[in-house]
Amino acid sequence: MGFLNQVAHFFATGSNWTGSGGIIDQLVGQVELSAVAITAAVVVGAPLGALMGHSGRGSFVVVNAANAARAVPSFALLTLLAIQPAIVRLQDGGFVAAAIAMFALAVPPVLTNAYIGVREVDPAVRSAALAMGMKPGQVLRRVELPLAAPLLMAGVRTAAVEVVATATLAAYVNFTDLGNYIISGLANQDDVETFCGAVLVAALALLVDLAMAGAGRLLTPAAVARPARRVPGGGLRGAGP
Amino acid sequence: MVSLMGLIASAGPLLQWSWVSSERWEILHFLYQHIELTVLAVGIGLAISLPLGVLAWRVPALRPPVVGATGVLYVVPSIALLSLAAPITGFFSVTTAEVALVSYTLLILVRNVVAGLASVPADARDAARGLGYTAAQQLVRVQFPLAVPSLLAGIRVATVTTVGLVNVTAFIGQGGLGQLIEQGFSEDFNTPIVVALVLSVLLAGVADALIVGLERVMVPWAHKRRVAT
Repeated sequence: MGFLNQVAHFFATGSNWTGSGGIIDQLVGQVELSAVAITAAVVVGAPLGALMGHSGRGSFVVVNAANAARAVPSFALLTLLAIQPAIVRLQDGGFVAAAIAMFALAVPPVLTNAYIGVREVDPAVRSAALAMGMKPGQVLRRVELPLAAPLLMAGVRTAAVEVVATATLAAYVNFTDLGNYIISGLANQDDVETFCGAVLVAALALLVDLAMAGAGRLLTPAAVARPARRVPGGGLRGAGP
Repeated sequence: MVSLMGLIASAGPLLQWSWVSSERWEILHFLYQHIELTVLAVGIGLAISLPLGVLAWRVPALRPPVVGATGVLYVVPSIALLSLAAPITGFFSVTTAEVALVSYTLLILVRNVVAGLASVPADARDAARGLGYTAAQQLVRVQFPLAVPSLLAGIRVATVTTVGLVNVTAFIGQGGLGQLIEQGFSEDFNTPIVVALVLSVLLAGVADALIVGLERVMVPWAHKRRVAT
């Protein structure tokens, strides 16, 4: 029986899907973990970044903190949290440790993009809003945030894809998610299990990326949508030989 | 650096200095392995993405598939790449780790090579053609030097990303500092994980600073221009 047949057999076996700790359970775990982390990161990171962009204060802190946070390996943070007595004592310690580690992973792109998005709003537009008699809070909510939406959503998309991908590691600290097959497959050198786990994770990540791209388009005000499609840096389009 | 370590040490049992000093050679060995895996990955990645990037830039028809493919692959989780490679190139091999790490650098580097070459001003190309440069001479003497800032920016991102990803290759017995993370987790012992975390962050920072320094040396005009405007 060839490798691909074994893979097909793996996916065709019903108990692999519906059994306890099967694919469905793993998928639910991964999505739940990712959703909690990303939601928390948006709730904390977006307002904080937007406020900093609005007031113009704290840019040094934002940029540097975000860069430093990006260099912290999620694997180290995850395992470190998972062995702390306060977390080990919890019933779902693996989930808590992973959620915190994934939150730390998701905040920097959301925060930085919210900050840059608001910061880069054309000063003339801001002045016009103030001249119309808007209060600073209204300027932020009704002018700056809608204009920052494309960039903010791009940050959320980056965060979501990174989190969904990295959440795989949570299986290492005994949380049931799509990493289970990969971690046990690699440990037991079971190539079919490893391969199938990898396919599932990759498929989910691609799906989330597409879904977030769609959500970004839906949440972007139509009037703002066109400039957002510009390639950052302008390098990849035009200017060809 | 010393004060950072001191800060963590004062936080209590997060870092046990006696372990660090008794295991220092082991730690240095893992650090060395970490650097080796990173340098190898970025080096091979560069060797592949330079010709690929040039090709994608020279043949416009190839550009959308190449850039598009790198975009899609970038979304595939590194651990999935590692797992897809493992059954083919062996479970506990450096090759498997490098296949995954190199694939990741490719996604970043190819994009930047193409963007760098495409950003060369038409004036510069016309001037080179006017001077009688052949296509190859134009590429080597005009386009490449002008694409260096974009290329170095890509190398920066690729290197810092790879430093982080190397940790995960501990799952297949590689991993450099990642092996300390596994050890700390299996022994319920903070110190190895904290050491790995701090060294990993420092390594990324040092690598980043080195590349920025290299950029200053290689393309001083880019720096000057940025300061001037």
